[in-house]
Amino acid sequence: MYRRLLKPISPSARREERIFYLFILPWLIGLVVFNAGPILGILGLSFTDWRISFEGLNFVGLENYRTLFADETFWISVGNTLYITVGRVVLGTIFALFLAILLNQKVPGIPFFRAVYYLPSVTAGVAVALVWIWIFNPQVGILNHTLRLIGIKGPTWIHSTVWVKPSLIIMSIFTVGPNMIILLAGLQGIPKELYEAADIDGAGTWDKFVNVTLPMLSPVLFFVIIISVAASFQNFTEIRVMTQGGPGESSNVLVWYLWENAFVYFQMGVASAVAWIIFLLLMGLTGIQFRLGRRWVFYEV
Amino acid sequence: MTRPTAAKGATRKAKADTAWHRSIKGRRALAVLLTFALLIPLGILFVVPFFVMLSTALKTKPQIFQFPPSLIPDPIVWANFPEGWRGYDFIDFTGCTWNSVKITVNNIIGNLVSCTLAAYAFARLKARGKNIFFGILLATMLLPNEAVLIPQYVLFRILGWNDTHLPLMVPPWFGWPFFIFLLRQFFMTIPEELVDAAKIDGAGHARILMQIFVPLSKPALATLAIFAFVGNWNNFFGPLLYLRTPEIQTLPVCLVQYQGAYGNTDWNLMMAVATITVIPVLLIFIFGQRYFVEGIATSGVKR
Repeated sequence: MYRRLLKPISPSARREERIFYLFILPWLIGLVVFNAGPILGILGLSFTDWRISFEGLNFVGLENYRTLFADETFWISVGNTLYITVGRVVLGTIFALFLAILLNQKVPGIPFFRAVYYLPSVTAGVAVALVWIWIFNPQVGILNHTLRLIGIKGPTWIHSTVWVKPSLIIMSIFTVGPNMIILLAGLQGIPKELYEAADIDGAGTWDKFVNVTLPMLSPVLFFVIIISVAASFQNFTEIRVMTQGGPGESSNVLVWYLWENAFVYFQMGVASAVAWIIFLLLMGLTGIQFRLGRRWVFYEV
Repeated sequence: MTRPTAAKGATRKAKADTAWHRSIKGRRALAVLLTFALLIPLGILFVVPFFVMLSTALKTKPQIFQFPPSLIPDPIVWANFPEGWRGYDFIDFTGCTWNSVKITVNNIIGNLVSCTLAAYAFARLKARGKNIFFGILLATMLLPNEAVLIPQYVLFRILGWNDTHLPLMVPPWFGWPFFIFLLRQFFMTIPEELVDAAKIDGAGHARILMQIFVPLSKPALATLAIFAFVGNWNNFFGPLLYLRTPEIQTLPVCLVQYQGAYGNTDWNLMMAVATITVIPVLLIFIFGQRYFVEGIATSGVKR
């Protein structure tokens, strides 16, 4: 590899190379200044007792990490993050796949339904989080009202320590739009001949789904799952607007824990350690998925 | 097999064929019906949040707390919209809207320019080290924003940018990994022959990019623009972190201040404002959705 890097190249190739680096320069600068630099910076800061001003910044070694690991709330927030992530990714992916299959049927009006299903994904934000507070309202909310009509007494949703996490997961189901579209494109990319061949073999609908659709779709599913896990780690808006980590600590996720430490308690050193842990945890999860992916993702040869 | 039975067999086969066809047709009709039986209720489900938003926005205050809840407001109070928009003394929604517009427009342009350049380089230029940088690009797609938040905050504080729009408006000019990846996927689909022909005509890379790639990539660029619009318009974390002065605040934070200010009682007014803030996103989505869908689909295509 090094030999290839050192191999002399023609002047025109050299010019192309210069243009390549010129074109990616803005991104490269951004990478160093806004990403790589900060990642290293945060590693450094996580070993200090820095609060909000730089005066009195001391090196404290692993003290922040020790504080974190001894803090019960930290472990609760790790647990909550994993709970919500697993719920969101599993249910969200299944639901997105279900919608994609529906939208892949040959019936009139598909573009309309596709737009309707996508809509909540573009409007996700403070405004819609506010609406969800109202939907989840135990007394006058539409959710419990509907449940009451069919004779079920609904829980208190985001006001309940047990139901707050399922509530957030339910809400996230409405924003599967991008995954749905990506899976739909994946479905449309599966060659028709495979289904025809399966028909000739007398395969039923379920057989075709398991033996043709799923394996052919697995690379796209894999992409969707990786992206969903990363996205799930970042849901700050809903937590801030709807629950503020509560009731109690029952919806305190890592991003919220980070935010509170950094900008409420001004424990910048501790918060930096949390940031670094979020980063490592996500990289770890992605690594595990790539490992597992080798077993179930089917790439055409 | 004797001849008469063969003939008989043929007619029987023909009969069976039409029966088979009929059953296929019947099954097809059933499948269509079943599909609609799922498509329509799901469609209604997805519209529920908007319906709740709008119906709450049009109710009187006693009506929003009425039990059992009513779905259709009676009377319909349009005045909630201007009254909500007027807000509280310290919340200036019109001002916040201009701030949001300014930041969003700047960020869309910044993203388009910086990402187009990088995407072209990754899609079409040969260079040593390219694969390494492409790997880094993919890795940073997964990087959670929150993880780099504190050092970025420190950086902007040192630069004296806190409580200005700069921390929100400068980074978009330095690319966004997901957009670069998406655009690169699209650029890969443009036929090599077009590029070769342009090269023979003596066109440089800047001209090839501007005169071939950009015009041919309108759906992808539109997608990117819509993504950037939605992301920046809805951005809550950034403004919450960097902006203090009420006059420079953006819409999402204004809305949350409203939520705090009223002790959660004037839900009708709050929903009226929420509805107004969602309208631009809805409009952009409805007009751009054809490109949008095509563009996102490209990002999942493996290569």
